[in-house]
Amino acid sequence: MNNTSKRWIFDSVVWSASLLFLFGLLLDNALADSKGFTASNNTWKAECASCHMAYPPNLLPAPAWRRLMAGLDKHFGTDASIDARSAAEIGAFLENNSGQGKRRGSDSGTLRITETPWFQRKHDEVPASTWKNPRVQTAANCSACHAGAERGDFDEHAVRIPR
Amino acid sequence: MHTFRICCNKGVHPLAYFPDQNAVAINLQQLLRSAAGLLLAGSLALPGLEAAAAAPAEIQKSLETAARASTPGFGGLSAERGQRFFSSTHGNDWSCTSCHTPTPLAPGKHAKTGREIAPLAPAANPQRFTDAAKVEKWFNRNCNDVLGRVCTAQEKGDVLAYLMSLAK
Repeated sequence: MNNTSKRWIFDSVVWSASLLFLFGLLLDNALADSKGFTASNNTWKAECASCHMAYPPNLLPAPAWRRLMAGLDKHFGTDASIDARSAAEIGAFLENNSGQGKRRGSDSGTLRITETPWFQRKHDEVPASTWKNPRVQTAANCSACHAGAERGDFDEHAVRIPR
Repeated sequence: MHTFRICCNKGVHPLAYFPDQNAVAINLQQLLRSAAGLLLAGSLALPGLEAAAAAPAEIQKSLETAARASTPGFGGLSAERGQRFFSSTHGNDWSCTSCHTPTPLAPGKHAKTGREIAPLAPAANPQRFTDAAKVEKWFNRNCNDVLGRVCTAQEKGDVLAYLMSLAK
């Protein structure tokens, strides 16, 4: 084998390794728990936000979104059926941006974000009286305390609990 | 962060071309996202023209045609009957007014989530009943919630006649 082909082999190995490394970085970014959520999709926003806040996809793991999208005709007590094309688009967006990692990525079986173990752990210091506050009413009302919730911003330092 | 090294006999680390690995990763992410966005936008735009905007009167006309075909002894649409239908419960907890309020010229409120709902009467909200697919989608969902079944063309036509009779 001459030097040129050796160099070619070496270069291709190094470059494929670098590509793998870059994909590793991508994955690392995607898995980061602390980062705000910025991805968006017009169909997701329009459809989900017509009845409630468009809950960011990274708050539930992919299997939960799959089950939720399969049962839109009985969506927490109301019919939220949608045409097949929009359902496919929204489902893909939700799964592609779903919760990852040990906590948010694990499926506890619930479809309610507020019933997931990580949500309960994050809110375990919130007293029962706060949830009953008329300005909060329900744990599903993220914006009552997280002003940036609609933008996917749940920064702990920006939490303002109404009194 | 990953810390493995790739050795290089040429003295140039392959990643040294990139001053900031994070910046590269983030740019790549954005690039991938916009590429996916473009693909999606393309695939959505391709199937051709979306349903053209219709006037509420056109939607009412097609409901009336459907009602005439499916109702024996059809006697026309009735705003009065529509109002009664709109404000009554039909065996379940909710009526139309549970979310849309008894005055559809005013904004409503989702009975479960509290989300504000734009006024339903075309006089107060010109976008209402201009998109046939949207009208069908919401009649399907809401009739299921309020009646536990789909609505007949007559029922839908009556409700629309009622909503169109409301003036600001």
